[in-house]
Amino acid sequence: MEITLPKSLDVSKTSKPLFQMGKLSVGKILGLLLMLWVTFLFIVPFLWMISTSLKEPSDLAGMNWIPSRLAFENYVDAFRFGMWPQWTLNTVIITLTAVIGQVLSSSLVAYSFARLRWHGRDVLFSIVLATMMLPSVVTMIPQFVLFSKLPAFGFMGSKVWINTFLPLTVPAFTGNAFYIFLLRQFMRGIPMELSEAAKMDGASELRVWWSIVLPLTKPAVATVVIFTFQGAWQDFMGPLLYLQSEKLYTLQLGLRQFEAAAGGSPAWNWLMAASLLVMLPVLLVFVLFQRYFIEGISFSGMGGR
Amino acid sequence: MTATTPLVRRQLLRPSIREEILGWLFAMPWIFGFLLFTAGPMLFSLYTSFSKYNIIRAPTLIGIENYQKLFTSDPFFSKALANTFWMVLVKMPIVMVVAVGLALLLNSGIPGDRFFRMIIYLPNVLSGVAAIFLWQWILSPKGLFNNALSLFGIDGPGWFVDPNWTKPGMVVMGMWWIGGNVLIYLAGIKGIPKELYEAASIDGAKGWAKTRYITLPLLSPTIFFEVVTGIIGTFQIFTTAFILSGKTAHLGGPEQSMLFYVLYLYNRAFGKVGPGGFQMGYASAMAWVLFIIILAITGLQLWLAKRWVYYESDR
Repeated sequence: MEITLPKSLDVSKTSKPLFQMGKLSVGKILGLLLMLWVTFLFIVPFLWMISTSLKEPSDLAGMNWIPSRLAFENYVDAFRFGMWPQWTLNTVIITLTAVIGQVLSSSLVAYSFARLRWHGRDVLFSIVLATMMLPSVVTMIPQFVLFSKLPAFGFMGSKVWINTFLPLTVPAFTGNAFYIFLLRQFMRGIPMELSEAAKMDGASELRVWWSIVLPLTKPAVATVVIFTFQGAWQDFMGPLLYLQSEKLYTLQLGLRQFEAAAGGSPAWNWLMAASLLVMLPVLLVFVLFQRYFIEGISFSGMGGR
Repeated sequence: MTATTPLVRRQLLRPSIREEILGWLFAMPWIFGFLLFTAGPMLFSLYTSFSKYNIIRAPTLIGIENYQKLFTSDPFFSKALANTFWMVLVKMPIVMVVAVGLALLLNSGIPGDRFFRMIIYLPNVLSGVAAIFLWQWILSPKGLFNNALSLFGIDGPGWFVDPNWTKPGMVVMGMWWIGGNVLIYLAGIKGIPKELYEAASIDGAKGWAKTRYITLPLLSPTIFFEVVTGIIGTFQIFTTAFILSGKTAHLGGPEQSMLFYVLYLYNRAFGKVGPGGFQMGYASAMAWVLFIIILAITGLQLWLAKRWVYYESDR
């Protein structure tokens, strides 16, 4: 199985301006209008969310876009709900640990597959590719059983891994099949002479991985970082299964408490304010690094070609 | 060159053994994780799928009873399968047509395509509970969406509170996440060699003919890829159904209309009410059935792809 990188992944060459006016025909103008309409539909939910988050309860039933009074206190109330600061801290700890673990392990394993020759390498790599197809549900139950038996020796006040951050972070340190695949494809493109020269100068293999190959794989590493960040920040099922006491909750679990607290019919202005707070870091990362997102998703589709 | 220095000669003598050891060592994190978190658990799950097991007591083997019950006397299981197939049959064709259409539009040379691409993809980075709440609010009976419908004189349904409209509601909100599909189709379209279009132009082909006879056939590998990943994804719907059904999650929402495969599996394994929880053996059997379904779909796709799909390299 050999897949070459799409040209679009070479970010050094994409410096086209976001908007470029060319020759316009009638067809293109119609297309542009249609596209503007679609874009509007995609933006409307965000606008409605912002609008709702600034409304007073009495204002909620109406369809007005501008609240009669901007109720910024909704954000303060959201922040005061439950153990919100603690939940934020928990989410940050879990996400950061997962990102660090994923980058270190996936790139080290990818380095081994891409740039070292050893017996069994190709067999093992085909197993890596095969696990990409494996739905996580298949291992969900036995993993839960495993984590409910693995001893945590009192770490975070728990005898077993359940009800600690361990099930949500330790697996990240063993790498992920898709990221290993992505990084390997990138690393194969780096000339072997670079590593050879460094080794001639006495650099160890670890040093070559860290100081030469990793910096040259930056676009792919960035993709791994933001995908892992996005996945860990927004993971719901993992925390739902493994975190039981409220002080260990992540923001995703905390958000659900809003609904429970209001007895089934949530206070939508609060809930939208809180939801926006949870979304904000992800949106920010997307706006700053959007090209890596878009190249990552295009790359995942390359399997079909 | 410098190959005569003693240090380098020593390295050249046995580079393979050194590399052999380092190779295995560097791959160790993944090997360890694969054995501990994937292969081991899967074997254990295969064993428990033939057992009665509630975590507290050791599993006791009961043969194929779990599997037998799934297919012969579990109305919830058939309901979960039916709901899942509903989504595959209704949502996926809509997504495919809209996504290919948008990809063609983005590729038609309109100005600002990079900006539009970014906006369309934006919702895809939001996968968590927050985005689901947003849509629950928009699609509430007196919400924004029904209000927009009333402008056209349409009396909107109750969406997530009306058992007949929960799944259509999920289709509507799913459209917001179509950007990922659009980008994959767009990458497929951009991968089609320009010479084909030039040759067609010389033969007098116009816009639509080029789309119909060049773009769509050459896009078929991507379409197939999307169909397979789409089906696999549909079988794994969980968070959306779990959040939307709220307090009735253990029942799969109003009249079990959102009882999807994984939600049911979760309820069997971890639910405290409803059809009964902590049935780890039964849930493991469900997980293995799911695994086999996904293997079969992928196998079928590979087989069909050989016959139907036009791969450029076959020329």
